[in-house]
Amino acid sequence: MKNDSKEKSPEKKKQGVSRRSFLRGAGVTTAGTVALASGMLSFTAAEPAPAKTAVLGPGETEVKFSVNGRPRTLWIEPRTTLADALREHLNLTGTKVVCDRGSCSACTVWLDGKPVNSCMTLAVDVEGREVTTVEGLAKDGELHPVQEAFIEHDATMCGFCTPGMVMSCAGLLERNANPSLADVKTATSGNLCRCGTYPKVFEATLAAAKKMNK
Amino acid sequence: MANPNKKKIVLPVAPDTKAHAPVKHLYSKKVKLPYGVPGHGLTEMEREVSIDEPPALPINDELNVIGKRTRRVDAIYKVTGAAKYSADIQLPGMLYGKFLRSPHPHARIKSLDVSAARRYPGVHAVHVLSMEPGGSVERESGHDAPAETYNIDQLPLLRYVGQPIAAVAAESQYIANEAAKLIKVEYETKPFVLELDKARRKGAPIVFEKMVKDEGNEGDVGVEAAEEQEGNLRGPSTGSFLGGPRGDVEKGFAEADFVVEGEFRTQVQTHCALETHGVVADWKPDMLTVYASTQNTAGVRDDLSELFDLPKSKVRVITEYMGGGFGAKFGAGHFGVMATELSRKTGRPVKLMLDREEEHLSAGNRPNSHQMLKIGVKNDGKLTAIDLTSYGTAGVGLGAGVGRVAQDLYECPNFRQAQYDVFTHAGPGAAFRAPGNVQGIFSLEQLIDQAAERLGMDPVKYRDIIDKHEVRKLQRAKGAEVFGWKYKKPGSDPGPIKRGFGMAQGHWTRFINLNSSATVRINKDGSVEVMSSVQDIGTGTKTILAQVVAEELGLMAEDITVKIGDTIYPDGPGSGGSVTAGSITPAVRNAAYKAKMELLGQVAGAWDVAIDSLEVKNGEVYSKTDSSKKLSFGEATKKMRTNQILATASRPDDYGGFEIGNGIGYGRLGSVQFAEVLVDTETGFIKVERVVAAHSCGRPLNPMQVESQINGGVIMGIGYALYEDRILDLNTGHMVNANLDQYKLPYSREIPKIEPVIIEHYGAFSSTDASGIGEPANVPTAGAIANAVYNAIGVRLYELPMSPQKVLAALGVS
Repeated sequence: MKNDSKEKSPEKKKQGVSRRSFLRGAGVTTAGTVALASGMLSFTAAEPAPAKTAVLGPGETEVKFSVNGRPRTLWIEPRTTLADALREHLNLTGTKVVCDRGSCSACTVWLDGKPVNSCMTLAVDVEGREVTTVEGLAKDGELHPVQEAFIEHDATMCGFCTPGMVMSCAGLLERNANPSLADVKTATSGNLCRCGTYPKVFEATLAAAKKMNK
Repeated sequence: MANPNKKKIVLPVAPDTKAHAPVKHLYSKKVKLPYGVPGHGLTEMEREVSIDEPPALPINDELNVIGKRTRRVDAIYKVTGAAKYSADIQLPGMLYGKFLRSPHPHARIKSLDVSAARRYPGVHAVHVLSMEPGGSVERESGHDAPAETYNIDQLPLLRYVGQPIAAVAAESQYIANEAAKLIKVEYETKPFVLELDKARRKGAPIVFEKMVKDEGNEGDVGVEAAEEQEGNLRGPSTGSFLGGPRGDVEKGFAEADFVVEGEFRTQVQTHCALETHGVVADWKPDMLTVYASTQNTAGVRDDLSELFDLPKSKVRVITEYMGGGFGAKFGAGHFGVMATELSRKTGRPVKLMLDREEEHLSAGNRPNSHQMLKIGVKNDGKLTAIDLTSYGTAGVGLGAGVGRVAQDLYECPNFRQAQYDVFTHAGPGAAFRAPGNVQGIFSLEQLIDQAAERLGMDPVKYRDIIDKHEVRKLQRAKGAEVFGWKYKKPGSDPGPIKRGFGMAQGHWTRFINLNSSATVRINKDGSVEVMSSVQDIGTGTKTILAQVVAEELGLMAEDITVKIGDTIYPDGPGSGGSVTAGSITPAVRNAAYKAKMELLGQVAGAWDVAIDSLEVKNGEVYSKTDSSKKLSFGEATKKMRTNQILATASRPDDYGGFEIGNGIGYGRLGSVQFAEVLVDTETGFIKVERVVAAHSCGRPLNPMQVESQINGGVIMGIGYALYEDRILDLNTGHMVNANLDQYKLPYSREIPKIEPVIIEHYGAFSSTDASGIGEPANVPTAGAIANAVYNAIGVRLYELPMSPQKVLAALGVS
């Protein structure tokens, strides 16, 4: 997460004490972790560490994955979340971190086409996989119909929840071409919006589905 | 030196409510402006205004851009992730800051050792705050100056869990987080008090030994600062800027045929803006630049200028995109001061964004309340007396009043109030979307409904008798029509799940901030810019400014480049108190009008025609008398003699002057909401099914954005009514739900069908005649839901949030 360690070539620096105090081996999951108000994280170790993986860290380690169709190689500390890898190392700041514990979905990205909370995903766990962020949703300069509909129906206010909302709603339409209002509510049930864009988000997503089916 | 957390230009009320003479104009003219509500006896009002004012703007129906559903000009950047918020800023060499905060609700620092933190690899600086940021400061504490070095005897007392003590700046957020924990502090803990009722008792641990300054009075605007302070009790406040007590309350009760009264409690609500408070501060020898998540760029600049003894010209504050504020983001804040200190020490930019827990603890909240309200009523419905006593705690802050609704919503000759602040060892309150009025409405509107029931009257019809506000009357009528309002006998549904209908209304003062200026620039290539330091906090300010300029120049909103949220431009208002639209848009229109007249003058010169024969419309500049004289806007600007035409204008006084001081306009922004709920009497769960929200905000500039604001106010009101509650552990003073899952908020499944009803209302107040909508939309919701819950189950709830436990307790089920 060093500012100057952007996407440059591997230069293994020992970073003083670099404890793996964060998201240890939790894998890609939003389930089963409860954080205490004190800021400490406790874990019900839902998944054992992958058997074949060597012990990583505490220093930087290499991880390769694809972001918005482009192969990327990063040198990061193993505790780096996917959200931080995207934001701090790749400057893809469209992905927002709001609660940092999987309860608001502002950090939603697609992992192999499926929406996940990138704040609850370790970057080292997406090795070899395909990540799509809000910056990569438009194809060849064409907005995704959900993005268009969000603009048309005023589904953005302050805009801080918008990238997560867009990724959740576009994800829904990728797997369900004819969603009901209840389907849209379910797809966005983890997305917090404090400004109150929900009614327009529902309206926009249903309108986008209609348009895509034409 | 000033306290950076003092009330900051939230509203132009406190200091200047004295009568002031209207501005005199050397040359004035008479203008006839639309007045009233179209379709309901719209007329004209003649006003005498400055000769510089543009011609009257007709009603929305006759306009091309204003009043039309217009896409947000910045929506494209929000849906593609391109919008850069303060939290997204990365600068070369930037360091990351992290606070050490008090783990105790009341303690003295016995010793403090930063050496281990300072030595930690990757750490560049540690700074200890020798001030008391957040909340109140004792008048003679000597603690409000930031110091280079600290003296252990001068460190402030710790008065709440989460009070900032020191911070580090390091090369990554991870390193900063680790290093902050290495600051060693020895605390001498002291007894503390967290609960409103206990803090009032004799012998309770005292939060402030000395009289506190009035500057922490953030939570409730306009309530007169009280001079008395005894124990933890500050007050009473007996009036507001709208006046003091009226008549004789005892006599009023004696004249009453019956009395309705109740004891109500509301909880502490936290703002939960998605982007936390924070800044990136970049101290350079020639300029301090701060990227701030703020509702007031100019206010942050003024704070930092004062605190660091810099001329305002050497401080630049930028807020290009902002992730929500809801009242809590004014002033530099402890994080702004700290980031600036750390940047000055290190010579590098420092990012200091609060984490989610810090946001809940130290960045503001809506204070709770305990209200005793009593209303005398005649058999004809008229109110004879209103008597209000309230206590509330904004923790270590002030401003826990319950607003001005009991005082001002209904006509009543006899009124008395005593609103008290109670200090507790908890994080400071802050202004929160219609501060005070939201709390006050919950009790007032339930009692008004009780009076209606006593009289055997429909609640809507009853309010027609006691409410003289003409616009609200229309809101009631239209809202009731859309809702299909029909009064239903309370608790009359068979079966365990009961349906209920309820309504409530509210109001918000029409505040104007005269520190509202803007520049419009027309370039020779036909491009047009509007510039002001005013910020768009998600309400759509950028878009309405584009619309206003476009309307004046005959263009479309997307033709206008909006450059706001940067103090290099003329000062705009802080966005709080629903002042923004009503304050900045007249300045913008006036600047656009000036620029237009300059352009037309130059084109008229080039064509050798009279300037008043020219018109700008539909993207063209043309002569009204000679059809050969016609050019597209972009061609016409090529006739400019210089590269740019620049015009700046500031918000003049309201046409017709102000009701009070130089910022409180005539007329209140009324609102009426209707709610339909389902109450499961077996589980206690309340589900809001539908809300009809009837509002007016003067001339609606962009109805689509107004709807969004209304939706937002209603949804926030639902959270307040049913879910949100800051829970403190009484043994430790820690907030146990300082997150976004255990602090329950409305998510998609809690969203009812919301039907906004917008009443277009012209008051002939300014060149745009627009007003705000943010606050009015949030005022009545909890009251409407409470009345609907009563209507469903036939039992009243007097305490927020109306959780399943409280519903079951009220029903006598345990």
